[in-house]
Amino acid sequence: MKHIKTLNGATLKKSAAHGGCGECQTSCQSACKTSCTVANQKCENDR
Amino acid sequence: MVHTFQALGVNIAVDVNSGAVHVLDELTYHLLEQVEPPMAEHCPAEIAARLPQYAPESLEEAWQELRGLAEEGLLFEEDDYIDREKAASMQQQALVKALCLHVSHDCNLRCKYCFAGTGDFGTGHRMTMDFETAKKAIDFVVEKSGKRRNIEVDFFGGEPLMAMDTVKKTVEYARSIEKEHGKCFRFTITTNGVLLNDENIAYINREMSNAVLSLDGRKEVNDDLRPTVNGKGSYDVIVPKFQKLIAGRGTKDYYLRGTFTRFHKDFAEDVKALAAIGRNVSVEPVVGKREDPYALQEEDLPELKAEYERLAEYLKDHPETNFFHFNVDLAQGPCVIKRLRGCGAGCEYVAITPEGDIYPCHQFVGNEAYKLGSVQDGTFNAELSHRFAALNIYTREECAHCWARFYCSGGCSASNLLVNGNIERPHKVGCELERKRLECAIALRALAAGLGGEETSAKA
Repeated sequence: MKHIKTLNGATLKKSAAHGGCGECQTSCQSACKTSCTVANQKCENDR
Repeated sequence: MVHTFQALGVNIAVDVNSGAVHVLDELTYHLLEQVEPPMAEHCPAEIAARLPQYAPESLEEAWQELRGLAEEGLLFEEDDYIDREKAASMQQQALVKALCLHVSHDCNLRCKYCFAGTGDFGTGHRMTMDFETAKKAIDFVVEKSGKRRNIEVDFFGGEPLMAMDTVKKTVEYARSIEKEHGKCFRFTITTNGVLLNDENIAYINREMSNAVLSLDGRKEVNDDLRPTVNGKGSYDVIVPKFQKLIAGRGTKDYYLRGTFTRFHKDFAEDVKALAAIGRNVSVEPVVGKREDPYALQEEDLPELKAEYERLAEYLKDHPETNFFHFNVDLAQGPCVIKRLRGCGAGCEYVAITPEGDIYPCHQFVGNEAYKLGSVQDGTFNAELSHRFAALNIYTREECAHCWARFYCSGGCSASNLLVNGNIERPHKVGCELERKRLECAIALRALAAGLGGEETSAKA
């Protein structure tokens, strides 16, 4: 495409099919303890 | 829902529900701002008329590219693929799998912004956790975690190194029972570093999968906000110890973690100061009530947002520094189910005090209205826990309309309570800063991928 470059596809939608195992890290345990962010966590199944 | 923004000279469109992210040239950026789905077959004349600076044929060309994305499910996607009832029921069945273990309600620093009342959580009673209580906490999480294999225990305080004996015995006990219960414990520690020595540095580097090292950045900032009990600066005592710990860390995680407050809003300088000590850095906004002198206020937002931009500009040229809150893994981050429910405080994640009392998280400790139970007598208020489990980005009204909902996942209940008196109502300052961080993080990803240079920012 001339005008648009796609940085990322529909990964969120795709993750609905296999997600929810609950084994991933609790976000507040990683480095924050004050400001919750979840998108910077890792998926346990992709480790 | 599509969110468009400009950051670091890059024009970006986030398709909120699909997770797709696109880098646009300037023409397409302005065109997309005018588009309401469903898109017509051709660029409507009234839209072209609103953008007279661009040639109609160029607008039509960009229009067709946008249409193509929509047809592929990469633009204007709905969130109807999420089964909200199923997701909510999964959350209601959430099991406790992470502990913030307050092994010490005592501290050897007197940080001016401490949410823990400089260690005693406002109780006036300083104490450390005995091993018997810690053992009960481990037994509690083993039982409550059901079939979940991975269990996290963060040694927290106060200052956990003041209870190092309990830390070691707890790790030894958990390791001794994990196999028989089919569990995998991951230990982390959050320390101010004052009591680090060769022995406990070696221990932490062997046993802790992550070490969070508290330091506020520049020496003058740190010493202003993190004095010792005697009122002296702590920087010169701590930094050599942290350097030693980091040098022996190997491939294990660590973060140098600072807090920024209203007293020092130029926190990008603190990130740089920490990055000179170690590459993994987290510097975060303070949590406080509106009336606290250090608390960040709405009128500070323009300055704080500009500071995040300044930090992003710096990090653009310093990829060796890993800034925690600009980490966003667009392709392989958490699944959408995880993103509905956020931190899990009160259900998946709880804090346990030296006395054995259970609270939804470390920030709730001492707030009796939110006490969940005790590991001493086995009580656990399932009704209160379910109240937390019921929270998600669709039940928090303001989140349901926010473009960042799948990245932040609903924010911090404790912060909401502190500022708004309600765990469900998001804290405006926190939300605005979160959105700004995400914009910077996504723009940095685009630049790192080689997108967003002249090719996409030039006028068509």
